[in-house]
Amino acid sequence: MMIPGVDGFMYPNEVELQWSVLIVLYPYITGLVAGAFILASLERVFKVEAVRPTYRLALLTALAFLLVAPLPLQLHLGHPERSIEMYLTPHRSSAMAMFGFVYLWYLTVVLLVEIWLEFRPDIVRMAQTAKGWTRLVYKVLTLGSMNVSPAARAIDEKVGYFVTVVGVPSAFLLHGYVGFIFGSVKANPWWSSPLMPVVFLFSAMVSGIAAVLVLYVAAMKVRKTPVDMRCVDTIAKYLFYMFMIDFSLEMLDLVHRIYESDESFRSLDFMVHTRLWFSQVILQICLGTLLPLALLAITQLWRVAEGKRRLMYVVASCLTLVGIFAMRWNVVIGGQLFSKSFLGYTSYKMGFATREGLLPAIALMLLPFLIFWVLVKLLPPWLKRETA
Amino acid sequence: MMTRRDLFRIGGKMLVLASVGATLEEITGAAPASEAYKMADHWWGMLIDIDKCIGCGNCVRACSKENNVPNGYFRTWVERYEVPEEGQPKVESPDGAMNGFPLPAPANVKSFFVPKLCNHCADSPCVQVCPVGATFLSPDGVVLVDQTYCLGCRYCVQACPYGCRFLNPETNTADKCTLCYHRITQGLTTACCENCPTGARQLVDFKNPKDPIHEFLRHNKVQVLKPYMATEPKVKYHDLDGAVR
Repeated sequence: MMIPGVDGFMYPNEVELQWSVLIVLYPYITGLVAGAFILASLERVFKVEAVRPTYRLALLTALAFLLVAPLPLQLHLGHPERSIEMYLTPHRSSAMAMFGFVYLWYLTVVLLVEIWLEFRPDIVRMAQTAKGWTRLVYKVLTLGSMNVSPAARAIDEKVGYFVTVVGVPSAFLLHGYVGFIFGSVKANPWWSSPLMPVVFLFSAMVSGIAAVLVLYVAAMKVRKTPVDMRCVDTIAKYLFYMFMIDFSLEMLDLVHRIYESDESFRSLDFMVHTRLWFSQVILQICLGTLLPLALLAITQLWRVAEGKRRLMYVVASCLTLVGIFAMRWNVVIGGQLFSKSFLGYTSYKMGFATREGLLPAIALMLLPFLIFWVLVKLLPPWLKRETA
Repeated sequence: MMTRRDLFRIGGKMLVLASVGATLEEITGAAPASEAYKMADHWWGMLIDIDKCIGCGNCVRACSKENNVPNGYFRTWVERYEVPEEGQPKVESPDGAMNGFPLPAPANVKSFFVPKLCNHCADSPCVQVCPVGATFLSPDGVVLVDQTYCLGCRYCVQACPYGCRFLNPETNTADKCTLCYHRITQGLTTACCENCPTGARQLVDFKNPKDPIHEFLRHNKVQVLKPYMATEPKVKYHDLDGAVR
């Protein structure tokens, strides 16, 4: 008897996929957060002055995406009303149980504090000059502290530096941990790998850096302000380096699997050549990795005119974002398409306007941009020379 | 009027419910275990004799009826293996073998049936990964799900190497074989074992020195599924072929 969408033999409970496109969004979004924050820290901790124009933008990008990060999970749960139990009675042996704590730590201790310290002078100024209800909003945001004297700012600077220093390993923790959720599932050979957290981490940095680059160039376009080429050149250089490391790690994983050829290999190899051919080989590897790497390599090796260079950066970054999304898809969905008996394959049927369908996924992907827009309106991240 | 005795009774109940979330009876839907039943005295498992299974599907039907398993999901199922001398085996389990297998049986090739169910692993990955501890190993060795507590995150479904778990679409919580906990704590056997016409499935209590399993293990070779997963399954198979996964 044939089951539609199934080839070979699946254990009967395996036919239906358990983790949907929403769970693809979860590592994608947290990756963007971690990557954007690490880019911001380049300026703060590693003193890469060239990326200063994107520092505040990167922080707001990280916050916009971080606020959305738990939503796909929440929407996916069979009982979302019980998710609070993860905080109240976490099961210590569970990799997933720590998500709430890692998330809260990152949101409150790292990101909110750093953003508040960075924007404090602006908030205080607006609390004094704004009119109407916005004045009240800014007054609340001051948290009662109107002191922006040089001495107070010096303290802000010190605390901000400390928070960023704590923030870098926290960003590593946030996304490395997401990789561990998958990498520690020994029942699934597609996921089970000690390399998974490291691959997740570097792909997070790649996607976050690419996202900030695109947002920065787009924002400058909208504001009709010239792009700081020294800044985007530096970001592109970091994107290139990070991408090289990420790609090398993924290739290492691939070569390792091919060389070892354990009992799962035949099944996974078949899957990559059939059901994952488009999303893995075409989208992730060719269009989403090799092409942007080639574009970035050209800009690193040869002298390219400024306009063309900028265009190449933006195209490479957009392709990178597609490629990393495809990578998350291939991990999450790909890991459920084959049977743990290694004797068959199932298909993913994504709904459209269902709870875990395409429509909520698109809405959840657009939401961070809406939040980002509100944040930019509330806390303009532009440097003085970019202010029209 | 509420007496002091009532107060203690209700207060005590509330205290227990609040501290452990829910009692085992509530979790499994079972009547309270008999006074004589002591969890610490048991360590449940199952013995499956491959050579005795005829693929009739009685066990699947009995389980489904006994436990109100939703259509299309399985707490137990039976697979038919056809193992050629070389190459991959052919495996099928039409509707979990709810209606047995289509005839004729394959000829000129090694063929046998493999009943599957939760292995009630002593080192269970599903228990390990549950973020709130809604899945747990009971003191008498049965892996259970507290349906009043499960978030429905399905991490346990991913973590089970044997494909034994599913999300129950009616409760939106993880679901699996309970080894008929509501029956075994009353001194009965499981629905699948009771309805197996050939005795291919036997409920066993590894802690009961009088259980025939001890004699059986002394004289027979048994195997567990995917031993390399190191999950310590308590479902043992007699005459299991190496092709079975």
